[in-house]
Amino acid sequence: MRGSEPIVEIRGLVNRFGRHVVHDGLDLDIRRGEILGVVGGSGTGKSVLLRSIVGLKRPDGGSIRVFGEELQRLPSSRRASIERRFGVLFQRGALFSSLNLQENVALPLIEHAGLSRVDAERLARVKLALAGLPADAARLDPAALSGGMIKRAALARALALDPEVLFLDEPTAGLDPIGAAAFDRLLVTLRDALGFSVFLVTHDLDTLYSSCDRVAVIAQKRVLVADTLSVVEATDDPWIRDYFHGPRGRAANKAAQQSTLPEGERR
Amino acid sequence: MPDTASRPGMLEQQAHRLSAVGDWTLPHYARLRDAVARVHEADSVDLTKLGELDTSGASLLVDLLGPDAVLEVAQWAPGLPPERQALLEAVAEASRTSPVPPPAPRPAPLAALASLGQIVEQLARQQLQLIAFIGLTLSTLLTTLLTPWRWRPTSLVAHVQQTGLNAIPIVALLTFLVGAVVAFLGATVLRDFGATIYTVNLVAYAFLREFGVLLAAILLAGRTASAFTAQIGSMKANEELDALRAQGLDPMELLVLPRVLAMTISLPILTLIGMLCGMFGGALVCAMALDISFAQFLAIVQRDIPLGHFLVGIAKAPLFAFVIAVIGCLEGFKAEASAQSVGEHTTSSVVQSIFMVILLDALAALFFMEMGW
Repeated sequence: MRGSEPIVEIRGLVNRFGRHVVHDGLDLDIRRGEILGVVGGSGTGKSVLLRSIVGLKRPDGGSIRVFGEELQRLPSSRRASIERRFGVLFQRGALFSSLNLQENVALPLIEHAGLSRVDAERLARVKLALAGLPADAARLDPAALSGGMIKRAALARALALDPEVLFLDEPTAGLDPIGAAAFDRLLVTLRDALGFSVFLVTHDLDTLYSSCDRVAVIAQKRVLVADTLSVVEATDDPWIRDYFHGPRGRAANKAAQQSTLPEGERR
Repeated sequence: MPDTASRPGMLEQQAHRLSAVGDWTLPHYARLRDAVARVHEADSVDLTKLGELDTSGASLLVDLLGPDAVLEVAQWAPGLPPERQALLEAVAEASRTSPVPPPAPRPAPLAALASLGQIVEQLARQQLQLIAFIGLTLSTLLTTLLTPWRWRPTSLVAHVQQTGLNAIPIVALLTFLVGAVVAFLGATVLRDFGATIYTVNLVAYAFLREFGVLLAAILLAGRTASAFTAQIGSMKANEELDALRAQGLDPMELLVLPRVLAMTISLPILTLIGMLCGMFGGALVCAMALDISFAQFLAIVQRDIPLGHFLVGIAKAPLFAFVIAVIGCLEGFKAEASAQSVGEHTTSSVVQSIFMVILLDALAALFFMEMGW
């Protein structure tokens, strides 16, 4: 299932806000079934890139081909049906505060899949459990949740329609290390089970080492390198050196090696 | 999951063995669920002819066989690709830990009674809170008045601009139009008595005593009370109020006082503008439809209308302003951390403040009448 077939192709992407250029000639592919980690300093436009792909921001130049079709050129009805194959987890969860958790997850099932409310909420509870939430959380309001539970509930909602590409914006930011590690494991488990691709914006080095198949580094308004971790680490660039070979990078690398050793070579 | 060449999912009974055929995916969920519900007992199912499978289909298979049987999928369906097995196991694991929580049932008459009780209790608590909040505002005002270095002129001026200066066009336009309408009404009714000249008195009385202040207050209740609630409510949702308190700063002093004072400054000025524009609207109608020139209009006003009427009207403005601002701020503090709640409290603040303005105006009218002012 996992191959090199790209399902999202970005070529020469340009994004700017007023006179501030965020992306200038950015190229990137997302391949089927992979977990692609996207890193970069604060303000390098990782979230803007995510928003451009899912269609929340109109690019100022370049092309974004999704499932072989140019999103910008499609009529809006066709585009909506493609965007339905995306799942997005926003940085702060963005759960609908007027709905409880199972209603949050059930909403796309009712609206897009045409399920009855009873069926949708039943399926929503399965998704919430898949995302690792306890059964009694289904009727809670988002305001009553901790940060980790919000991320899990938002993941359940992103998974509601069994998306082919999942976009995650800093999913482990603000979680405690145990919660973050559990989230990383959950992501890999679900990817293996459901076979979706993941576009993962993160600052979390542990996430990069434990779950990403490829890593794309955004700097100088474009993608510097997008490859497996070992290639990225070896790239000769001052920012990449500081990022991966700084104290935190070394610690994460060591931790990842120790945890993978007993299971043998994972990738 | 390409939707080309999709075959609808089915559950087939062959001899003594069930067989899942076709795509077990979301679009076929409703029909598959009915098929699964018809099967009473099954401990395995033939999956060799299965097309696509997603979480919804997997969850139906779990419903059919029970989570424990599905967890052992490797034993009874060894030919299944490993990712399918992983999917089924993940969903089975999730379903095992999620027994359906029962919804809380309640008979309808009891629920109606309970909600009535809740509303009454809420109303009572709301009034109590309002009185307490007024007290808190006044005591903060007093302590701040005694310590001039804690005054916040910048914030005050900014709020005067937002609530007062920026509201001038709409207040002026609205009172002008109402003034014209009142003059037309007066002219129509008074013509029968040959007393059209009293239209001038009607407009002047109405705007000086009531309409000037009432229209300005209602406009500000809609325009500013809602803004106060939304501002403070979203600050609360964003934990900004907690951040202020954690830094030892008093939200009452920082947020409420400047808003309340700005309103008590703005509304009397807007009232004056409202009175002038309303009378101008009336004068214009008088000049155009009744042949009463502006000079005549002014002469009549000067001759017939004592200053007392203006004072009665303008005296109500600071009171209304205080009530509107306090309700707007209090509703903001009561909002919770959700968009829904901020919306509800914004609505509530506008409704409450308009209600209070009209109620107070009626009481004031009674009072002034009894006093003969």
